Amino acid sequence: MKAASFNRWFGRGWLAAGFVFLYLPIVALVVFSFNDSPLPNVWRGFTLKWYEALIRDEEMLSGLWLSFKIALLTACGSVVLGTLAAFALVKYKRFKGRTLFSGMVSAPLVMPEVVVGLSLLLMLVSVQRALGFPERGMFTIWLGHLLLGMAYATVVVQARLQDLNPQLEEAAMDLGAKPHQVFWLVTLPMIAQSLLSAWLLTFTLSLDDVVLSAFLSGPGSTTMPLVIFSRARLGLNPSVNAVATVIVVVVAVGVVLASYLIARGERRRQQEMAAATRG
Amino acid sequence: MNAAPMNAFQRLVIGTFGGRSLVIAVPFLFLFLFFLAPFFIVGKISVSEMETVTFKDLVTWSEGVLTISLKFGSYQFIAADPLYWQTYVASLQYAGATTLLCLFIGYPFAYFMARAKSTVQPALLMLVMLPFWTSFLLRVYSWRGLLTEGGWVAEVIVGLGLDQVLYAMGLISAPGKLMHTPFSLVLGMTYTYLPFMILPLYSNLAKMDLRLLEAAADLGATPWTAFWKVTVPLSKAGIIAGSMLVFIPCIGEFVIPELLGGPETLMIGRVLWDEFFSNNDWPMASSVAVVMILLIIVPLAIFNKYQAEAQDKR
Repeated sequence: MKAASFNRWFGRGWLAAGFVFLYLPIVALVVFSFNDSPLPNVWRGFTLKWYEALIRDEEMLSGLWLSFKIALLTACGSVVLGTLAAFALVKYKRFKGRTLFSGMVSAPLVMPEVVVGLSLLLMLVSVQRALGFPERGMFTIWLGHLLLGMAYATVVVQARLQDLNPQLEEAAMDLGAKPHQVFWLVTLPMIAQSLLSAWLLTFTLSLDDVVLSAFLSGPGSTTMPLVIFSRARLGLNPSVNAVATVIVVVVAVGVVLASYLIARGERRRQQEMAAATRG
Repeated sequence: MNAAPMNAFQRLVIGTFGGRSLVIAVPFLFLFLFFLAPFFIVGKISVSEMETVTFKDLVTWSEGVLTISLKFGSYQFIAADPLYWQTYVASLQYAGATTLLCLFIGYPFAYFMARAKSTVQPALLMLVMLPFWTSFLLRVYSWRGLLTEGGWVAEVIVGLGLDQVLYAMGLISAPGKLMHTPFSLVLGMTYTYLPFMILPLYSNLAKMDLRLLEAAADLGATPWTAFWKVTVPLSKAGIIAGSMLVFIPCIGEFVIPELLGGPETLMIGRVLWDEFFSNNDWPMASSVAVVMILLIIVPLAIFNKYQAEAQDKR
């Protein structure tokens, strides 16, 4: 019995150490955003001056607004494209070019971003030379983010689609529903939660991206991560900590709230399913 | 609503573009145009000549003379200059070290998560995902503060005398100096990519049939033997997926080497960036990218194969 209890405590210790490793930098960001000293390692008392400076920081705020717009568009576009791609991969097991298709869907997940950014930029420049558009800016950044976001959205939606019971869709079709009715009335409500998680994931991905944005941005389209990155390169900067704290708080609240809603919806759905099969 | 009977034209349009083909064609075309086609352009530009602001066309037609100019100078340069090869090798080494560290930390982590009470598992999963939702750039930036002299982590490492060990291993340039070294670079990459290792391993280990371990115990295996002979081989797919999710993006990583690495920690992502943004040499940057793609094509194929198998198995 001694070995078992040692194993249990070893396991708990490993998990605890891992979580400390994962959360330590986040805690440090938040703590030092309230530090009176501009040095990141010396605590000199509590202050809110970095937050005051942030409110007046035009460069950062306009970057935040641009990033927010791009993230919103990216999340919506990625969910639509990702859902289509997930559908194609799950529902149609055989079509010409399926191997190429599934390869193209999952490759952006791992492909180094410098390569994706460079190649997309060079293509857009070539297109611009031939046709006169598009100008580098918000639209081109959005295209790049969409590519990355779509790959993540596909993975999330695909996992849910595979777990669906196909009998529910078949039953709807037997009852005379047309394919598009089956999709809107049966399939979509069942995968809605995965669409929400995919939306949130791609939103934060876009809000955070440095490399693709750096390649694809033009004059006057500096996103927030680009502002943060150029300051972080020069050295440590407490105003960055203040921005970080705001983002951490907003994201943490948003994600916890969303996952609570998702979990509640899931529980209710399972109760209904259980009731339906009992009845 | 009275549905008008479809005329031949409508039927043709729906038959060709409707439903199934549209579902496949839209994402397919998007990826083809914006993901696959650009790689061919990179290949083309890597053999183009650079003019003052932009690159020259490969094929030109003037006064009845067709000129095709291919310039392999950038590739010759990469092959001749040992610095490039050292950088490629170093990138592979840093990515490999990061992958091994992630596996070493992540495997036990995922294992204990999957064996935790089923009521706490969703919360643990949430805790692994949550840092992933907060900005990656800011979390990497935070390590600078933690590792500079007097930072929280630096204090602990120096206090325990571990900096002497790191110095003896050649991972830091002087005792007590942790930032801008191979150590800080690999630590930052391990930190960033750890969730990518944990998540596939966890989903793999959580699905395992625990009766197999009981069977192994009944047949006289110690828990340790059962772990190595049953659990690890069964989680092979998770190990491969996680390792590729860490290894491939690490090779071309730019932000982490830029913020946490130093002048001696060369990484190929940074070289590409400098060729493009500082030297404004597009053909050179493209050649570096082409060589990088060649390096990752084998791991990428392995990753895609396992990804496709995981999709179709269910």
